[in-house]
Formats: sequence, structure tokens, C-alpha cells
Amino acid sequence: MLKKKKSREGAEVPSSSLADIAFLLLVFFLVVTTIDIDTGIGLVLPPPPDPENPPPEVRERNMLKILMNAQGQILINDERAAVRDVQDRVITFVNNRGVNPNLSESPRQAVVSIKTDRQTRYDFYIEMLDEVRGAYREIWNMEARRLGYRDFNHFRDIHGEANDIRREFPMNISLAEPDPGN
Amino acid sequence: MAHFKKKQASTKQEVPTTAMPDIIFILLIFFMVVTVLREVELLVRQNLTNAENIERIEEKRLVSYIYVGPEILGGGQFGETRIQIDDALVDRADFRSIQNVMRERRIDEPRLIVSLRVDEESEMGIVSDIKQELRKADALRINYSTRRTAGTDVSM
Repeated sequence: MLKKKKSREGAEVPSSSLADIAFLLLVFFLVVTTIDIDTGIGLVLPPPPDPENPPPEVRERNMLKILMNAQGQILINDERAAVRDVQDRVITFVNNRGVNPNLSESPRQAVVSIKTDRQTRYDFYIEMLDEVRGAYREIWNMEARRLGYRDFNHFRDIHGEANDIRREFPMNISLAEPDPGN
Repeated sequence: MAHFKKKQASTKQEVPTTAMPDIIFILLIFFMVVTVLREVELLVRQNLTNAENIERIEEKRLVSYIYVGPEILGGGQFGETRIQIDDALVDRADFRSIQNVMRERRIDEPRLIVSLRVDEESEMGIVSDIKQELRKADALRINYSTRRTAGTDVSM
């Protein structure tokens, strides 16, 4: 006599605690997460010096030399200056367009050179670099406004990252090797 | 004869909860993706300096960090300025190892960005030495890690 097969038990995995497990994981990740965005000053170093291909010479007038010593004192083209002057000096230098014979011939050729001592504090140096970048940002904003945009961000949103303003006013910052100091 | 029927609310009182696991799962997945577990234990102090005209690093996976700052000695004491890569401190005499490490990483990831996380009280000499090693390693994209000055936007 054949026994009638019993109906099998349901093969499901119990899933009532799924929500609880997910909750626990969620709480774990909520606690662990720190949404900190990485910010900083991005730049590209020059390739290592090549004795056969020396870097192109820059004419004296097209170079704005900023020196900073270990005490944080600043010389711009051999004149004493304060950090708050840097931005204005850079703007006049870049936008000179050949008017003043001691300043740049055109924004494209203008180079800002920053040199420090080995003992210069890092935060002073960053402050200086920030001022120079701020100057370029101001220049770009002025140019964008002249072209009828709200500011440079507005211009960039429309024309993209590699745009005419950046080509016309390239941010040429030369970071010279620091002096050994004393 | 009048028959009084007890009035009953026609709608159910409960909030439907069947979709709750799904919602939680979506939140869970979001946080799992966003989370970056701290992968190194800092051996040097990191008081980063502030700046206004900074940019955001969008692609975090391209980034390699070099930490520079006074060594943490415990008990609130700080030693000399040291360099840390991953979990180890780099000896002053062993500067070439920076070059070697970064060269290898650049083979794996040609678009490597080296983020220099330098304590504000460090001197430029050590930063410059690192930069020279990076140039030799051909790891030319760098980023001076700074915090944002309050009240400025991040878009440069």
C-alpha cells in the first residue's frame, strides 16, 4: 500500500527579521560614515629637469618674482610687500598688456614665480599661493563680466573647463625650489 | 424595531510597512557606497591649513596620500616632523622609497593624484624634498590638502 506523501514544509527562509538586520547595518554605516570631501590646491609639477631640453627662458618683465623668507616676510620684485598686497600686485602685473615696461607683455606670457626658504612655514606658503590663485580667479571673473556673464563660474558652466578665458589668462605659477636658508 | 448597527471605520488603521525593508535597504546601500573606512592610523599630527581658492577632488580612488607633520608621541607630545605613507613612517635617509612607492602606484593607476596632507607648522624644506621625489617618480599631479575657509565655495 502506498502511503500518501505528506505535503512538504514550506521551503522559504524566514524573512521577518530582514528589516531588523538591515536596520542594524544601516545604523552601523550611519555611525561610521564621515562625508568629508577632500579639498585642496591642485597643481601639476613640472617634469624632472632634462639637460637636453632646458625650459624656455622667460623674459625678466614677464616674471613676477615673489620671495618669502623664513619669517614670512615677502618681497615682490625685490620690494617689501604684505600678504594682502599680493592679490592686487598680481592683477596689475597680469593685466598690464605691455603698458608698464617692468610688468608683463601679455596675460599669456605672464608667470608668477613663488620662492620660499626651506624654513618657511607651510601655512604661510599656502596663504601666499592662495592669494595668487585668488588673484587669477578675480582676473577670470573680471573677464567673464566684461564678456557679459555673471562671473567666471557662470562662464565655465556654459563653455566648459577648458575655455577661452583660461587659455587667454593661463595660471602660470612657477614654484621654485626653496633656498637652503641659513 | 430599530436595529442599531455598530459603526465601524471603513479604513484600516495601520501604516503599510511592507515597503519598509526596501526603503531601509536603499538607505543602507547609499551609506555603504558613501562610506570610506579610515584605512590608515595617523602617526603624525594633521592640522591642515585653510585656504579660499581650492578645488574638490572628485575621484577619490585616484588619490594616494602622503602625510607630513610632527610625530605623535602620545600624552599630547609631538616629536620631529616626519613623513607617513600608508601605515609606516619614512626615514629621512630613505627618501628614495617615496619615489619607488609612487612610481609603482603610477603604473597601476596612471592618473594618480598625490595628496600632500601637510601639517601647518611644517617647513617648506621637507615639502620641497617630497616634491622633488615625486617629480623623479613622474607622479606630477599633486594636491596640497587644505580645509575650506568658512564662507567660501569650493570651485576653482
